[in-house]
Amino acid sequence: MPIPEPQFDDLYREIILDHYRRPRNRGELSAPTQQAEGMNPVCGDEIELDLRVTGETIEEIAFRGQGCSISQSSASLLTERVKGRDIAEAERVSAKFKAMMNGDEPDIELGDLEALQGVAKFPVRVKCALLGWKVLEEGLSQAKKGIKEARG
Amino acid sequence: MITQALDVARIRQDFPILAQEVHGRPLVYLDNAATTQKPRQVIDALVRYYETTNANIHRGIHQLAVRATEQYEAVREKATRHIGASNSQDIVFTRNATESINLVARAWGDANIGEGDEIVLTTMEHHSNIVPWQLLAQRRGAVLRYVAVTDDGYLDLESLRAMVGERTKLVSVVHASNVLGTINPVREIAEVAHQAGALVLVDGAQSAPHMAVDVASMGCDFFAFSSHKMLGPTGVGVLWAREGLLDEMDPFLGGGEMISIVRPDRSTWAEGPHKFEAGTPNIADVIAFGTALDYLAELGMERVREHEKELTAYAMAALEDLGGVTIHGPRKLEDRGGVVSFTVDGAHPHDVSTILDGHGVAIRAGHHCAQLLMRRLSVPATNRASFYIYNTEQEVDALVAALRHVQEVFGDADTRTAV
Repeated sequence: MPIPEPQFDDLYREIILDHYRRPRNRGELSAPTQQAEGMNPVCGDEIELDLRVTGETIEEIAFRGQGCSISQSSASLLTERVKGRDIAEAERVSAKFKAMMNGDEPDIELGDLEALQGVAKFPVRVKCALLGWKVLEEGLSQAKKGIKEARG
Repeated sequence: MITQALDVARIRQDFPILAQEVHGRPLVYLDNAATTQKPRQVIDALVRYYETTNANIHRGIHQLAVRATEQYEAVREKATRHIGASNSQDIVFTRNATESINLVARAWGDANIGEGDEIVLTTMEHHSNIVPWQLLAQRRGAVLRYVAVTDDGYLDLESLRAMVGERTKLVSVVHASNVLGTINPVREIAEVAHQAGALVLVDGAQSAPHMAVDVASMGCDFFAFSSHKMLGPTGVGVLWAREGLLDEMDPFLGGGEMISIVRPDRSTWAEGPHKFEAGTPNIADVIAFGTALDYLAELGMERVREHEKELTAYAMAALEDLGGVTIHGPRKLEDRGGVVSFTVDGAHPHDVSTILDGHGVAIRAGHHCAQLLMRRLSVPATNRASFYIYNTEQEVDALVAALRHVQEVFGDADTRTAV
């Protein structure tokens, strides 16, 4: 009896491959208010994020980087999800994304990011999916510090 | 399941781990450059030691201590023979090849490298043959220089010749690259170094397991290798030093076993390799490493090398036939070992590795602890299949079939992005 082909449809969903091949918001911002970068030293994946935050709102976001389909598509989906939203919402989505990577059912607020749910079943790849979010959190914490200082 | 050189079917029966399934498929273990599997004989030797012999060595008068000491010291002889050396008192047991190199950097380097002196390395070194020298250079104010790697994966010997001069105190070079498979002309390199009065360390972690090594004809001054990459247990490395060098060197670590007389303010050192083996060594694993060396000696290192050449030729041809795959490193079989690094168009190595794992195929994906070389090749990472005595052509076929699946998932050539 032939052994069935292993299936990767849950991991490499079409939307993930699409964002990997045609990343959204890839590039740099002309006048970013925040920049953050992160690297996974084990596998060499890299993500750099530019943010333009006005008041509490993430007006613009762009990313650069290199790495596997999971790290790059996660970053691309991230930029689509948080662009034009306020910091509090971005932080909430980030927490919910992490919860999904820990095995929780995806929250409705995650939207298309739900496509990455399958990564949770591949523990060695979870860090790939989280890389962009770690960088976003760094950028947001810089932005909040700026807002706080401006308020004196 | 047989190559011209080895009866692989018979060999496979000695490796219990290979009989298992991974994700419902037969395990295809092609990550031998990271670590090799262990034959039943080596596993039995470990158990036998603990069941019949366990005692501390070099200090007991009782029967078990005598037996354990004899067995441990006998492995020094076997390691000596394995690399074509002549005196077992030039062999030091360490934890791994990395520690062997660190030992030289500390015990020889601190005394012999000064401000402005130069240490020549190559761009294809493993981090274990870069970072100890960076630390030494920082301590002593020395300068590191790197021999270039050509586009086809060879060392640029012209750049070596231009680089080695009167400030050069050491040339430290990998014998067989863990990424490209390149077997470097260490004899020629040693001649260039010695003409300038420099010493030569050869990192043999990827050569000693796979080919006949002869330190005498190589003309090197230090040779480092590791047990776990050649059928032996983890936790055992070897350093060989040319006759007389160990005597000139200061100790590496201090403690029991490495001393002669201890006084309140100073001590004198034990003779020979014992000066560098402070504390209770890894007795059980060293003894089981001896069994691994016996196993390889029985096969014959020429036949091991021949077998890997056959498999490597088969694999490179199969990857070329598949298409959409770039192989990194020399094509000539005489110049390379059984390490085949490749990248698949449009698919990052980590994605490749995940899909291969689903097929039961274990390879390595990443920078292989060789970030300088990755930058030279202009790739973030590669996939690496590496062979050993128990691998078969059928396993290469399984690798290629799994890669076809990768191409199905990541295919769609007209929408591919450069990664």
